[in-house]
Amino acid sequence: MNLLSVKGLSVRYGPIIAVRHLDLDVDVGEIVCLVGPNGAGKSSSTLAIAGALLPSAGTIHLDGKDIARQPAERLAMAGVSLVPEGRRIFGRMTVQDNLIAACLPGRRPFDDPEIFSLFPILRERMGQFAGLLSGGEQQQLAIARAMLRKPRLMIVDEPSLGLSPRFVDIVFGALRQLRNQGVSLLVVEQSARRALGLADRIYLMRSGEVVMTGRSGSLAQDPEFEAAYFGKEAAR
Amino acid sequence: MNLVQLLVDSLALGSQYSLVALGIGLIFGVMRMINFAQGDLITFGAYMLVVPTVSDVAPPMIAALPTPLLIAATIAVVALAALLTERLAFRSVRRKGADGPTLLITSFAIGYFIQSVILFLNTGRPKSVSILPELSQQIVFAGVRVALVDLVTIIASLGLLLTVGLFLNRTRGGIALRAAAEDFLMARLIGVKADRVIAVAFLVSGALAGAVTLMFVAKTGVLDFRMGVPLAIAGFVATVIGGMGSLTGAVLGGFALGLASTLLQSLLPPDLRPARDAFLYGLVILVLLVRPQGLFVFGPGRERV
Ligand SMILES: Nc1ncnc2c1ncn2[C@@H]1O[C@H](COP(=O)(O)OP(=O)(O)OP(=O)(O)O)[C@@H](O)[C@H]1O
Ligand SMILES: [Mg+2]
Repeated sequence: MNLLSVKGLSVRYGPIIAVRHLDLDVDVGEIVCLVGPNGAGKSSSTLAIAGALLPSAGTIHLDGKDIARQPAERLAMAGVSLVPEGRRIFGRMTVQDNLIAACLPGRRPFDDPEIFSLFPILRERMGQFAGLLSGGEQQQLAIARAMLRKPRLMIVDEPSLGLSPRFVDIVFGALRQLRNQGVSLLVVEQSARRALGLADRIYLMRSGEVVMTGRSGSLAQDPEFEAAYFGKEAAR
Repeated sequence: MNLVQLLVDSLALGSQYSLVALGIGLIFGVMRMINFAQGDLITFGAYMLVVPTVSDVAPPMIAALPTPLLIAATIAVVALAALLTERLAFRSVRRKGADGPTLLITSFAIGYFIQSVILFLNTGRPKSVSILPELSQQIVFAGVRVALVDLVTIIASLGLLLTVGLFLNRTRGGIALRAAAEDFLMARLIGVKADRVIAVAFLVSGALAGAVTLMFVAKTGVLDFRMGVPLAIAGFVATVIGGMGSLTGAVLGGFALGLASTLLQSLLPPDLRPARDAFLYGLVILVLLVRPQGLFVFGPGRERV
């Protein structure tokens, strides 16, 4: 069943159209990757789905309910967590306060053991200012912070950006584990190769539009996929 | 002038400035708006102490209450007024996606609105009111005679600063407020309610303004419809020299301004004392030329636009 169903989504910044008629689904317990070159409209799509941007057209349904006009904080309560581009941890606060800010009384304690079993390093860093963490540690904190809301859908924008391979493994491992616990994931990834390794299904965006979509297994075999990623289809 | 006396004077003045600065800083944090109406809220609280009247002698209103009630009522009334300015004016302007300058103008409008209503109801002639008469005595402190009201002002301010500090650092609501001050959208993405966190900032900021009302009136005993304006300017300057966006900086900036002002008052030759504020703000300009990021901002430079 579709947890997230996006139909005809458009996002504009004044005269600039960043996303054009995006159709996208995420099923329960699925990892879906959104790939594409710079400026394709990936981040804009995630921001609109998470309620941080008002779409100029289209519908967004979560579990059958229209959420296209709901504000970000309402969606966070309804089970949509976005880990945005650049992680945006609260750098002038401690790791612990970053987690406390995200936890709701009665949902999940900020020191949930499950979070520390996924990201043991955070336990050691609790009292440190989050701005002093390495990029990989910040990414772990950002995902941990999003987990505290017990999301049904977690959207992660470029989690591997600027990370060493070791940290990419940790982070992707955590994302897979979340999926195994029933969380659905929409992950933005620049690298088509890494996306093929992580996702069940992939949407390839270019210039605001989806140009190709399919299961990772079949796209991995498809020579058109690479061609489409690098824009050769534009010449056709 | 004696050193202890100088210290008491500057701390008493500085603590009023720092409370105003903290109030301005809290709202700036979550809205990126400088609330110049903060000073007029202090004026509003002061005029609520008496019954509005155009005659020169005003009968007491809140000022007639017994001390604990008087304190509670003044703080509550100003905090409520601050909340109302948010609810009735700032919120709808903000909802329409207004930018910083538009909000700033809105705050000026609210400030002038409060002043004009007070002027209409009370005329522009200053009035006298006596509150907390038990504070109007001198006591001997560290071998020096100082005004009790100054000592109480200092102690009460430190208590308030500590309380706000504990709220911001030890409670979930306070931590959420700091998160929103650092990255408002990100805070909303983790479920911090925008409207609520802004309302809390106004409430705390209003309570601080109410406390300043009490300290100011207990010391001077005079009501004037523009009495809050210099306090708002001092508070704003304190947040700037403290480093815009840092609450600790704002508080320290307030104390620094109080100290500088008191020092100038006692060190300037008598002929130049009337020009004290010219020297004071000249000094502020100098500070900003040397340290545009603020006096109390250390470590790696923050993002600036
Ligand atoms: N705040 C903004 N104001 C105006 N234009 C914007 C804004 N944000 C993005 N854009 C434009 O919208 C288009 C899509 O940008 P978006 O950030 O969604 O792409 P992206 O696929 O996430 O790219 P990247 O891989 O570089 O992160 C780009 O042309 C970009 O210049
Ligand atoms: Mg992006």
